[in-house]
Amino acid sequence: MSDGVTAMQTIARTDVEDFLFAEAELLDEWRLPEWLELFTDDAIYYVPATDLAVDASPDNNLFYVADDRFRLSERVKRLMKRTAHAEFPHSRTRHLVCNVRIRKHIGDDIEVSSAFITYRTKDGVTDTYFGSNRYRLLPCNGTFRIKEKRCLLDSEGLRTQGRVSIIL
Amino acid sequence: MNAFQRMNTALMVDESKKIFKVSRRAFVDPDILEAERAQIFDKCWLYLGHSSELAKPGDFVTRSVGGRNILFARDGKGNLKAMLNTCPHRGAQVCREKHGSAKSFQCFYHGWVFGLDGTLRSQPGESSYAADFKERSTSNMQQVARFESYRDLNFICFDKGVESLSDYLGPVKEYLDVICDQAEMGMTIVGGTQEYSMRANWKLLTENSIDGYHALTTHATYLDYLKSATGALAQVAFEGSARDLGKGHAVLEYKAPWGRPVAQWIPSWGEEGKRELTRLYDGLVKRFGKERADRIATFNRNLFIFPNLVINDIMAVTVRTYYPAAPDFMNISAWALAPKEETEWARKYRLFNFLEFLGPGGFATPDDVEALEQCQRGFRNSAEAQWNDISKGMGKENPSYDDELQMRAFWSNWNEHIFRVPA
Repeated sequence: MSDGVTAMQTIARTDVEDFLFAEAELLDEWRLPEWLELFTDDAIYYVPATDLAVDASPDNNLFYVADDRFRLSERVKRLMKRTAHAEFPHSRTRHLVCNVRIRKHIGDDIEVSSAFITYRTKDGVTDTYFGSNRYRLLPCNGTFRIKEKRCLLDSEGLRTQGRVSIIL
Repeated sequence: MNAFQRMNTALMVDESKKIFKVSRRAFVDPDILEAERAQIFDKCWLYLGHSSELAKPGDFVTRSVGGRNILFARDGKGNLKAMLNTCPHRGAQVCREKHGSAKSFQCFYHGWVFGLDGTLRSQPGESSYAADFKERSTSNMQQVARFESYRDLNFICFDKGVESLSDYLGPVKEYLDVICDQAEMGMTIVGGTQEYSMRANWKLLTENSIDGYHALTTHATYLDYLKSATGALAQVAFEGSARDLGKGHAVLEYKAPWGRPVAQWIPSWGEEGKRELTRLYDGLVKRFGKERADRIATFNRNLFIFPNLVINDIMAVTVRTYYPAAPDFMNISAWALAPKEETEWARKYRLFNFLEFLGPGGFATPDDVEALEQCQRGFRNSAEAQWNDISKGMGKENPSYDDELQMRAFWSNWNEHIFRVPA
């Protein structure tokens, strides 16, 4: 592994964009087990309630999703089953990722933000999710692994989407 | 005369034949929704909020309750106030923030300023008004007709002549006591609101919230998850009963294998968790004796308060209320309720537990959303396929938690409100 200084010099925004675009593709193609492999063993995936501060902790605040790596793997397992009724048959989604920025370097890791618009369509109804993602990425073998993904929805709650049964 | 006006009941009931059917029109007919607004939401006690949400003088939340915009605030003396959030002058919504802390409320349209209790303090151009203008009660923000509380749960009613909240709740109070007694210093709403919606009739969520019958199929993946997570299950079987609490209220009380932060230990919570839960349980025994301590700690409760409040004391405690926006659309708000004095450990595990099952990002609620939306789709056939069946467990002396007694209790009372037919 490279040290922080090397990483800072060599990581371009386009490298991060390539990674995030590839992530979006895995989600849109429902290749969730492969998507899960992008995450480190101690990774977290959060979707906070929309009336909370951006850095709120799920230890003392109510979120929509607060998965550690184990529960995230269970979420993926669940979504791949026919009995995950909310996503059977699978909805069709399109994750659009833009406004990508490298925010800062923390040791070897980088903090990245992006804006997202995700469309989900099922049974003749299309919902739109929009907001920003905050990532903590670990540079690794010319690509990255995700240590933290925090999806901050801009909407007031989940009206009219009603659920976050897909991965944002 | 429209078809609805010719109806005199939405139920088909024959106790001797164990028949209990609900007309699917009740889920789709705009005239029914209009009747529900006038005869249920304008007449019944409705949940407004929890006292802990307004911790100190000046704290406020704005909330939609029964179709009205309510400003819920703690005034300078510490009293809770429920006001219609509209300027007495020309009607604009006075407070436009969802929550916060204020010294006064100002309507931005013409600049009228109100105290925390809604009393008019000043308005630009005062000299152009009658000398006693500020003394007139009609110059103040209007208080909701009735506002009463039970154990920090605050309710409002738009019908001045309604019975007291205490009488309305009746035997529900005992269950609220059992739920609230898990805290020694009172319960608190945890930060963060889950606000979501469903493309389904609001009464489907009433049924679903107290439905013990759907768990094994609708929530198959949640139960799979509990089985695959090491130590996520206690050696406890699903077992319990349902009770009709009158006036449309109902409760399920049952044992279940998931962990309860107060206080049913599961192996994945480890030794630290065991010590914590033992301490909590011993505290309950000391305060209430073993029998009541066991009930508080090891039984789950899905409590339904007519017409639209659910307090589920399960793997965490959730408070949930919901309103129709259209016959096929509802808005839902849900909160997490927890003991004020809870340790950091317990709070963390409570919330982790909550999200496992509950809420629109959980492993279970999204499948409920799907089920209710699929019911609503099915009701498009209601001109031909006209009836829902909720007869499970009819005639039993002790209805099980997975029978449908609690739904029959709701529907009987609903029917009485809408058609004035005694239940």
